[in-house]
Parts: sequence; structure tokens; C-alpha cells
Amino acid sequence: MQINTRDAAAGVIFIVIAGLFALGTQELTIGTALRMGPGYFPLVLAGVLGFIGFLTLFKAVGKAQSPMTGVPWRGLILILGAPVVFGLTLRGLGLAAATALVIAISAYASRRATFVMAASLTVGLTIFCVVVFSYGLGLPVQRIGPWLTF
Amino acid sequence: MEILQNLGLGLATAAEPVNLLFCFIGVLLGTLIGVLPGIGPTATIAMLLPITFGFEPATSLIMLSGIYYGAQYGGSTTAILINLPGESSSAVTAIDGYQMAKQGRAGPALATAALGSFFAGTVATVLIALFAPPLTEVALKFGPAEYFSLLMLGLVASVALAHGSVIKALGMIVIGLLLGLIGSDVNTGAQRFTMGFLELADGVNFVAVAVGVFGIAEILRNLEDESDREVMVKKVTGLFPSKEDFKAAWAPVVRGTALGSILGILPGGGAVLSSFAAYTVEKRISKTPERFGKGAIEGVAAPEAANNAGAQTSFIPMLTLGIPANPVMALMIGAMIIQGIQPGPNVAIEKPELFWGVIASMWIGNLMLVLLNLPLIGLWVRLLTVPYTVLFPAILAFCCIGVYSVNSNAFDLYAVAAFGLLGYVLVKLECEPAPLLLGFVLGPMLEENLRRAMTISRGDPTVFFTRPLSAGLLIVAVLVLVVVFLPSVRKKRDEVFQEE
Repeated sequence: MQINTRDAAAGVIFIVIAGLFALGTQELTIGTALRMGPGYFPLVLAGVLGFIGFLTLFKAVGKAQSPMTGVPWRGLILILGAPVVFGLTLRGLGLAAATALVIAISAYASRRATFVMAASLTVGLTIFCVVVFSYGLGLPVQRIGPWLTF
Repeated sequence: MEILQNLGLGLATAAEPVNLLFCFIGVLLGTLIGVLPGIGPTATIAMLLPITFGFEPATSLIMLSGIYYGAQYGGSTTAILINLPGESSSAVTAIDGYQMAKQGRAGPALATAALGSFFAGTVATVLIALFAPPLTEVALKFGPAEYFSLLMLGLVASVALAHGSVIKALGMIVIGLLLGLIGSDVNTGAQRFTMGFLELADGVNFVAVAVGVFGIAEILRNLEDESDREVMVKKVTGLFPSKEDFKAAWAPVVRGTALGSILGILPGGGAVLSSFAAYTVEKRISKTPERFGKGAIEGVAAPEAANNAGAQTSFIPMLTLGIPANPVMALMIGAMIIQGIQPGPNVAIEKPELFWGVIASMWIGNLMLVLLNLPLIGLWVRLLTVPYTVLFPAILAFCCIGVYSVNSNAFDLYAVAAFGLLGYVLVKLECEPAPLLLGFVLGPMLEENLRRAMTISRGDPTVFFTRPLSAGLLIVAVLVLVVVFLPSVRKKRDEVFQEE
């Protein structure tokens, strides 16, 4: 018996999300159809999503595998990490350094990144971003943050 | 004539120097991202949404819509010249357009595409002006029950006309609806699904969801395959089409415009579906269908007119009912909400200068696009040599700064990463992200109208079927769902989308 992994995984994800939301309604008033509480509509939706999840899972059984392209692990980690790093450092380092970090990190997400290219990209784009967002659009963030001033 | 008066007001708004400038910036950016493969209008608008926060509402919407229809122009340029559609809506244009270019007729192909688009854009502008006011009138009579049914119809139809698995698309809608409910409950103030995060009290930031699911996930998808883009472009000579070209192209342009205008209004429709349908129609009614695929000018004229018409008429349900027909329109609604405007029929009445200004700006923007595209074609093509390795760090930096600037809140950046991951995983599992975004925008509206309708009817759920308008809308929704699941229709639908 074959199972289409992709569809099966989608079904499982739907069921998990439905379960999490259903769990979340536990602490909410459900209410009645006339006086719906905050939990009523989400609980109904979670039920529908769970049903769709099981349907997807059910239909995946017996369906042929579909080819899957590879996951760019390095890119995945660096690209998802960049906004987090930006969020953590923006207040402390200021706009210029935090932007430079984002660009340097994401430049290395490509398998073809070279040091020269990453460095020139970082310098060029950081200047561009600071000029446009800070001087041009007046973004209310310090350009040089407290961590860098002594 | 009231329409002339309204259009006059719109033109006056659109012709204000600030609005002209941002309309120009919008169509310029639109052309740019239309030319560049790997970045589409949805992701771009999502990224620029936060920047528009400081603009006047009309200016912001004028620029954002410019990006959308500008992308339709840019996409066709690369489709014709190098057989690489910059946007999926130009995919069919590449079939005959590239053949024309190979035969040394790139100039006429480009001119036909641009002029056909301009014609379609002009007609669509008039259509919006004609149909928006009566639709607004109807919408004002809607009660909560009608609204609920209309939203259901919109959600169902968006699934039917999207590509990929219907069941998974339905699942994505429900996930979107659920995510939209996170935050304080409007009626009781109860915190829902916030897991104790104060930052979630106002709900998940719409911009963070859009940037994560479209922007970040798209970058990751592009990183899977980093092969080189071969760019070989011959010099474009002899831009203007001959008399015979005009003769052959005008009827397809008119037909494409008509078809695109209708399909654009449908939920889930818009530019992509319109261009595919227009190409199919032309091929079917042509006396010489064998010429298609070998450089038939009709195969360029019709889909290009259709995608532009469709892109513009998809504004009708958004502007009059507050219901987005596609993800780009969902972002427009988001832009309005950021500006503190409640989308819906009241926009036309309370903010006529915004409503008509956006409509009039489309015509001005189309004019700019013709002037911008034809003489500068060489420049646009050279852009293709910009490697993606340079492009995406810039995109990511703009995303980060932009998202932060909405609420000055680092939490939103973590949300971007989380939704980027979710978006990428779902794309890997062949779940389309567009329905999720539609659901996210419509979730709170759907719940609000459901609750109100039930309170008014004293808990009697039959209210949705006893009110004629509401019942009619629900019947159409059920019919759409039934039709999509019919095996024959399903096969046809797969055929239409397989070329993408």
C-alpha cells in the first residue's frame, strides 16, 4: 500500500492545528448559538479543520508519491534567523548595525556566496537602507544604538 | 451626469502632485518586479505595506495598486523577449510572444501587448466607474446574514478558481480564519489563543503574516534552485505593428478585455485566470488554430488585454463590498485597515475622494506604463542580469525594517520568522498560501456577522436561508462547491492550470 507523504503530512498538520485551537478554546466561554461566547466560532472552525485534515489524510492513502524538491537547509536556517536577529539587536545596536547583520546573514544563505560579495552587499545595502528609512522616511529608531556608544 | 462628476473628483485627486508621484513610483516598481522573476506583486505589496503607513490613505492605495497592474506590463516584456514570464499571468503570452520575437517581430509583439493592455485598462476603469456605485447601493442594504453568506461565497469561490487540491485549499482557508481570530474578542474582551503574549492582544500583525507567508517563503522556494538565468536578448527593432497586425489584433484585444473584465470580478479570479481563458478562447475560435504557438499575434493581444482588465476589475468587489477577490486585494484591505478605514460599501460614501481617486489613478497609471515601457525596454531587459544572490538580501532587509516600523515591536519580527516557516512547509506540501491570507483577513468579519445575525434572529440558524438574498448567495456557494468536485470539471480545471 502506498501513501502520498505530502498529502498525508498536510492532513496531519491540519489535524494538529485544529487540535491546538480546540485546546485553546478550553479556557473560553463557548456559549449557545443565540449568545455565542468567544469560544463558539473557533471551536466550530477547529472541528471543520479537523474534518478536512482527516479527509486529506484519508485521500492520501493509495495515492502515488509526488516528487519532492530538496530543502535548502542552510538557506532555511539563515533566512529564518535573520529577522529574529534583527528583532533581538535593533534596540541595542541601532538601525545601521542591525541592518548590516541581516544582510550579512542572508547573503550567506545562498550556496554561491563569497566573502567579497557578501561584504560589498552588506556595506552598500546598509548605507542605502539607513539613508532611505532613517533619513528619508524618518523611522524612529536610533541609527547607532546604546550597545555601540561608550 | 453623476459618473462624470465622480470621475472628475477622482481625476482631481489622482492628479495631485503627491499622488501622481506615488502612482509613478508604483507603476515603476510594478514594472521592475514584473520583469524580475522570483518576486511578484503579492510579496512586494506585502513588503511595502508598512512604508505606506505614513501616507495619506489615497496615496497609499494609489501606489499599491500601481504595483499590481504595473507588474502585468513588466511580466509580458520578459515573456516575449526571453520566454521567461516574470509573472504567472504572462505565462501564456510567452507561447506566441517568444515565437514572434524569434522571427524578428519582438517590437510589434511588445507594442501589441502594451497597447492592448492600455485599451483594456481604459475600458476596465470605465467599467469600475459604472458598476461600483450600484453595487455599493446593493451592499448598503445588506444585513449581517447577507454579509455572512457573501463572505462564505467569496471564500468558497476563491478555492474553486485557485489551482491545486480543493480540499487542501479549504483547509488553508480555515487555518487563515482561525489565525485571524487570535487576539481580544471584540464582544467580550476575552483573550483568545494569545498564550499570554501581550503583543497578541490586538491580533497577529497582518503585515507579519503576509511578509512571512509570501515574502520569506518565496525566498526559500527560490533558494532551492539557484541555476543561472541565461539572458540573451536581440536588439529590438521596428517597434510599431503593421496595418495587418492591427487588423489581426483588435478583435482579440476587445474579446480579451471583455473576458478579463468578467473573470476579474469573480472571487479567486484576477489576472492569471483571465489570461489563460483568453488564450484558450482565441485558439478555439480562430480559423487557423495551427498558427497558435508559432507566433500568432492574437495569442499575445488577447491574454495581455485580459490580464490587465482582470487585474483592474478585481478591485470592484474590494472597493464596494470590502471583499478581496485575490491575495493582492486582501493586502489592499489590509492597507485600508492600517489607515483606519473600515473596508466596505461605506468607503465610497464617506471617502469619495479616496474611492474615485484610486479608480482614476488606474487610468493615469496605465498611460504612464505605456510611455514607460515602450521606449525603455532595453533598460528593463538589462535588469534581468541582476543575480538573485544580490536581490534577496535586499528584499529581506526591507521586510525586516518594514515590519518593525508598523508597530515598533520586535515581536512582529519573530512572527515573520514563524510564519515564514509555516508558509514554506505548507508550500512544500502543495498547499497554496493565498487562501490562508484571504481567510486571515475575512475571519473576524465572518465571525462578527455570524454572531450579529444569530443575535438578531434569536438563535435561529434558518435566518440564512429564509432571507432571499442570503439564501441565493449560499445556494450559489454550494453550487460552486458541487461543480468543483464534479470529475469532468475537475479534469478541465487541471488542464487550464497545468501550463503554469
